[in-house]
Amino acid sequence: MSDEKNHDYHLVNPSPWPILTAWGVFAMAATFIFFMHEMGSGLFPIIALVIVCILSFFWWSDITDEGETQGHHTPVVQLHFRYGMFMFLLSEVMFFVAWFWAYFDAALFPNELIQELRVEYTGGVWPPLSVLTFDAWDLPFINTLVLLLSGFAVTWAHHALIHNDRKTVIAGLSGAVILGVLFTILQAIEYSHAAFGIADGLYPSTFYLATGFHGFHVIIGTIFLFVILVRTIKGHFKPDHHFGFEAAAWYWHFVDVIWIFLFIFIYVLGAGDPATMPAPTH
Amino acid sequence: MATDTAHDDHAHHTPTGWRRWLLSTNHKDIGTLYLVFAIFAGFVGGAVSMGMRIELAEPGMQFFPWIAEYIQGADDPVDAGKHLFNVFTTAHGLIMVFFMVMPALIGGFGNWFVPLMIGAPDMAFPRMNNISFWMVPPAMLLLVISMFMDGPSGFTGTGGGWTIYPPLSTSGQPGPAMDFAIFALHMAGAASILGAINIITTIFNMRAPGMTIHKMPLFVWSMLVTAFLLLLSMPVLAGAITMLLTDRNFGTAFFDPSGGGDPILFQHLFWFFGHPEVYIMILPAFGIVSQVVATFSKKAVFGYMAMAYAMSAIGFVGFVVWAHHMYTVGMDVDTQAYFVFATMVIAVPTGVKIFSWIATMWGGSVEFKTPMLWAVGFIFVFTVGGVTGVVLANAAADRIMHDTYYVVAHFHYVLSLGAVFGIFCGWYYWFPKMSGYMYSENIGRIHFIVTMIGVNLLFFPQHFLGLAGMPRRYVDYPDVYAGWNMVSSIGAYISYGAAIIFIYGVWKAFKDKVPAGNNPWGEYADTLEWTLTSPPPFHQFNTLPKIK
Repeated sequence: MSDEKNHDYHLVNPSPWPILTAWGVFAMAATFIFFMHEMGSGLFPIIALVIVCILSFFWWSDITDEGETQGHHTPVVQLHFRYGMFMFLLSEVMFFVAWFWAYFDAALFPNELIQELRVEYTGGVWPPLSVLTFDAWDLPFINTLVLLLSGFAVTWAHHALIHNDRKTVIAGLSGAVILGVLFTILQAIEYSHAAFGIADGLYPSTFYLATGFHGFHVIIGTIFLFVILVRTIKGHFKPDHHFGFEAAAWYWHFVDVIWIFLFIFIYVLGAGDPATMPAPTH
Repeated sequence: MATDTAHDDHAHHTPTGWRRWLLSTNHKDIGTLYLVFAIFAGFVGGAVSMGMRIELAEPGMQFFPWIAEYIQGADDPVDAGKHLFNVFTTAHGLIMVFFMVMPALIGGFGNWFVPLMIGAPDMAFPRMNNISFWMVPPAMLLLVISMFMDGPSGFTGTGGGWTIYPPLSTSGQPGPAMDFAIFALHMAGAASILGAINIITTIFNMRAPGMTIHKMPLFVWSMLVTAFLLLLSMPVLAGAITMLLTDRNFGTAFFDPSGGGDPILFQHLFWFFGHPEVYIMILPAFGIVSQVVATFSKKAVFGYMAMAYAMSAIGFVGFVVWAHHMYTVGMDVDTQAYFVFATMVIAVPTGVKIFSWIATMWGGSVEFKTPMLWAVGFIFVFTVGGVTGVVLANAAADRIMHDTYYVVAHFHYVLSLGAVFGIFCGWYYWFPKMSGYMYSENIGRIHFIVTMIGVNLLFFPQHFLGLAGMPRRYVDYPDVYAGWNMVSSIGAYISYGAAIIFIYGVWKAFKDKVPAGNNPWGEYADTLEWTLTSPPPFHQFNTLPKIK
């Protein structure tokens, strides 16, 4: 066997980022627990989070260099990324399965005799009688349009990238990022008008955690798209080699699909009597 | 550009010293880190279980009140001792599952031998591979810290069992100890998901030219199925323990009936993860045993396709049987009937595997080298655990056996014996390849025999205790159970002694330095790792092998 590398796989150089990031995550977890139990300041988990973000930045800029300037991202390595990203999204789907499971466990069975206290809480129906839900066709519907339009903008930018029309790529991505930020702002406005707090029982628990984790993914996806936008402006990506772009687009469409499920099952089918809904929020 | 790359490879690809081990992007080095960590965690988890067996050797409370009084300095040593027993039970379960068996089988042998067996130079994502490992020691540290934090008011540590059911894990233990355990699981789970993505991508995308999916060694098949189980089940656990976290700290009511929630929901979510998890721990052992049985029977494995698809079937059906852990929670009878049936179905592909291992040996020229002893031992103990599993699958029978020592005996026969025998089987089989040195056959055999006697003495009597009604997770018991508990504890001491023989054997192999040669097992060890030197070069297969 010769010493020369005679294949297209990427043998990555030793890297300090994995071990540092792992201990950064440890610091985040430990300081967050101390904060929750009022044994430490909330500043520490934020510092740890910032450190983890900085380390992630260095890690990803190494990957970008390896692909853009060192030529390590051969076709087979790009295929690795496709498999890897697809599997990651599959695991993300299963994460949301847990939140939908909790939601359906409540929404489909609000009136089981064996669960006396639940019947007392729900009044035998879903949504619970005591909860004033949002009007799905108000802000949530606008947010649906915002997110779908944003997904459309990403696809538009993708087609432009394949045709090497950089101006349109930047326009499309900028639009997608702005719409992503708009979604987050609208969601924050919606939360601030909610007639229920997170500690008001089962309905708010499922509502806030399911939509909240979705919102968290929207923020991540927006940052991802923003990074791709900056990279496009810096001249990264080629019409036939731009997996970083595609990964961001996949992630964004995944976030879209989760929202569609949330909109249908929690906002529309899980809505209460329109007469009892809170006043319009705009 | 291409020449630059080649230069880089030469300059940086053989790191030494601390850089080699802390900054590694090499699948063999990371595999070694995992194995060393797993051995360490195994001794910690084992020491914890010794504490329990010392306590349970005789009726009454002796060991834990003593620890509580003299080491913890508790005011009320009896109550503190009772809680401490629960803390030990919890720590033992979590350490052995997440920090011993999984790192050894998936991180250790999976990292080492998946690339070697499919003819790949490394894993698909070498840098991500390293964070998969490095998330594990901090996770274990979180769990160890949890043992010293406040749990229920007045006591330290988490005492909810490895299943951390609410309300004992929510309102029952308000202190930060449980939060540390939750984040330990979060970290270990994230590491597992990243590892699973790496394994799946490597197997799908890096097989040597000509190695079709139906030519992959069975160990690689087992890792592929395992990785899918991890990928699909771990995130559900992450969701469940996040609900636990928000119920504990942010006032949500997922598991709190007074807010409309339901503690049973946690059990569903937990076991939707937990049942695939037990296959995650045993499937890699299936793969190892298949390689070893074929090698030492000097025959090709019997029924290769049936073996591969039996593992896939076990993985698939493993996702739809979870509620057999919950027969006594008040489920609908029809639901229970479904879970009884689905659980029984798993016995079919499992039977295919046991049959095929025996059929491989049948008519073979069987040579009882140490790895083969462990493989045969595995088939025996796993079959014992498997048939008690079929007994427990019956909802009606489970009414009586639920949460008794019969269940403890059952899952220790499949895991503590089955999975651990698989680990030792792989260890002795691959130790010459990994280290380049031959282990001492005599010490290996003594290790096997002492372990076999120890663990059977330890766990077989627990079947009798369970059938007689002794409940699990109690620090004390009526005098009527005294006899078999003493036998069980003696078995435990022998088992721990066997683990020390194991370490002695490893130490001796590295001291004697008997060269193993490229392939000490002969022509039926025909997978690709045996074509390489022992230990393999830092980067193997610079020219990819071609499979006919």
